[in-house]
Amino acid sequence: MLRWLGGVLALSLAATQALGADPTEIGIGYLGRAGVKQTLSLVDQPADNDGLAGARLAIDDNNTTGKFLNQRFKLEERRLRDGDDVAKAATELAERNTFIVADLPADALLKAADALRERGTLLFNVGAIDERLREADCRANIIHTAPTRAMLADALGQYLVWKQWKRWLLVVGSHDEDKLFAHALRRTATRFGAKIVQERVFEDAGGARRTDSGVTLIQRQMPVFTQQAPAYDVLVAADESEVFANYLPYRTWDPRPVAGSAGLVPRSWDAAQDQWGAVQMQNRFIKLNQRRMTALDMQAWTAVRIIGEATSRTNSGDTRKVTDFIKGPDFSVAAFKGTRLTLRDWNLQLRQPILLVDGRMVVSVSPQEGFLHQVSELDTLGYDRPESKCKLK
Amino acid sequence: MQIEVRTRMSQIWRVGLLSTALLAAAPAHAFIAYVSNEKSNTVSVIDTDSWTVVKTIKVGQRPRGIDFTRDGKFVMVAVGDDDTIQVIDAKTQVIVDSLPSGPDPELFAQDAAGKILYVANENDNTVTVIDLEKRARLGDIQVGVEPEGMTISPDGKTLINTSETTNMAHFIDTATRQIVANVLVDARPRFAEFRHDASELWISSEIGGTISIIDPKKHEVIGKVTFEIPGLRKEAIQPVGIGMTKDDKTAFVALGPANRIAVVDTATRKVTKYLLVGQRVWHMAFTPDEKYLLTTNGVSNDVSVIDVAAQKVIKTIQVGELPWGIAIAP
Repeated sequence: MLRWLGGVLALSLAATQALGADPTEIGIGYLGRAGVKQTLSLVDQPADNDGLAGARLAIDDNNTTGKFLNQRFKLEERRLRDGDDVAKAATELAERNTFIVADLPADALLKAADALRERGTLLFNVGAIDERLREADCRANIIHTAPTRAMLADALGQYLVWKQWKRWLLVVGSHDEDKLFAHALRRTATRFGAKIVQERVFEDAGGARRTDSGVTLIQRQMPVFTQQAPAYDVLVAADESEVFANYLPYRTWDPRPVAGSAGLVPRSWDAAQDQWGAVQMQNRFIKLNQRRMTALDMQAWTAVRIIGEATSRTNSGDTRKVTDFIKGPDFSVAAFKGTRLTLRDWNLQLRQPILLVDGRMVVSVSPQEGFLHQVSELDTLGYDRPESKCKLK
Repeated sequence: MQIEVRTRMSQIWRVGLLSTALLAAAPAHAFIAYVSNEKSNTVSVIDTDSWTVVKTIKVGQRPRGIDFTRDGKFVMVAVGDDDTIQVIDAKTQVIVDSLPSGPDPELFAQDAAGKILYVANENDNTVTVIDLEKRARLGDIQVGVEPEGMTISPDGKTLINTSETTNMAHFIDTATRQIVANVLVDARPRFAEFRHDASELWISSEIGGTISIIDPKKHEVIGKVTFEIPGLRKEAIQPVGIGMTKDDKTAFVALGPANRIAVVDTATRKVTKYLLVGQRVWHMAFTPDEKYLLTTNGVSNDVSVIDVAAQKVIKTIQVGELPWGIAIAP
């Protein structure tokens, strides 16, 4: 009996030593939706691995660093289909992974977060731009690398005001998220001194996004839709649903630029972004994924890099330690935006410059010069601490 | 015909390298500075007597890292988007050769003898080792993500490489070409510089906004230099280039979009003065007599001349677009 016990002891000691030599494994789950949304332009049609591809690149980057620290990162993907139980899927993923990168709609994200609250799993919201996730419905176990609608609207609004295009014709889609974006744009106009001269609603009457004689028809419809507007400088479109905004450039009744959901668009990232060392990142991404990098890819890359940054700074794979560091005052991450990115400690939203892009080039980067703030100029984008309704729990 | 000329040029260049030992130091008072202009795809040649650009040399795509060969006969310039390092004859100011650097070379360092060149290749996480005489690639060393800063210890035994996304200084044994230590520093380490007495290694972190001072024997961060400029937000302070005087008493640090050079007392590790230069200042070089320090100001497309003793900016020289690196003939 004693001999047998001794044998077990020796065995377990050997196992511990072997474990000591083994790298620390850091498991990251990727929880996303199955299928991609339809866009007006074929060029904008997202790839099946939109987002996931960015997470994969960050896993590679983390592993390159990890080999010097004896840390190894792995990614486990899970796609939700309609009717799947999100809480169950998240719980299963959390059994093997201490961090979850989530590209989910707001309600599903909240279900996942609440299901994992007791486990101490940390989630990263990479896809949902809804304000409420950082305000009334904020959670202490969700870090947001996706910008919010208000941040995107403010980034655009600062540029339009800087350009002296202060009279906006606002065209809003008929879906809920279009209305939310329009709400953010109205708030921006009020904050920065622009004037919405008129609002029009573009009803989604259904119908296909792709038809054989589409161009001829659109060319007739759009000038008519935009005629008899009061004097304006720029048409701002709120069309997250991809129903009409991309039909507007070059087709408005008055010769005016288009911004918002088409024309000049605010985004966290773009395939054309080449400043601040970004070319290296774009090249790495293309080499790994054989396509160009989108904003969602960048938001997922940043989430996984935040984890890697924290595990290297703490030299630990322990969830508690890593989470505390990420939420702590010394945390920052570099993400090819020309400045360190930090978290708003009142709602765990990543502060970040927003690019204004036209599909081919980066036209500008906000915050614009002259928009000042006592803490960080990045806090001129979106809801600031005094306005926040978030109580982290 | 063209190929023939090229071959002859490269032969001349190699002969030049071999005859290093025969050269005596030039007694000239005026010096020649070479500035790489990242956007113009040119190198501006500045005469330090007249403080004017005396020539502009067309080079490959996206010139950044630039340095003289040890004998002062050639200027090497990394042209990242052409995946090579071009070699300019300092006498004729004509490109005479190119080196097999590996993809997207940015910064490089050479050994004391000027025989081995180490190149940071941003695109594939490697440092490439090149035999300068044979122009042959001797091998690659795997380092962290986005290798950038490169320097060699005064005794020649240790190569330092910084990787921008891994946030480390890698210590590489030049004899075995193996990494012997990795030291974590603040975000986006851009540049590495040893004290001449080898007692400290200084690493600038562009996004972290600090200089980490490392004990090169213990491989530990033993101190930090921080910067604070009244009226300027913290994010605008982005240290990149470092220049250390020969007596190791004073360090100059380029602060990028803060448009300033910080003068640092190396004993107290505190900033004693900020010198206003051009916009987005990145790299710098001393004249060999150490009377002047020249800085490259990317966004204002100029070079600032600092009187080192007086710690004053005395001149601004317009160069090409987005000046990046600078080297002064030894």
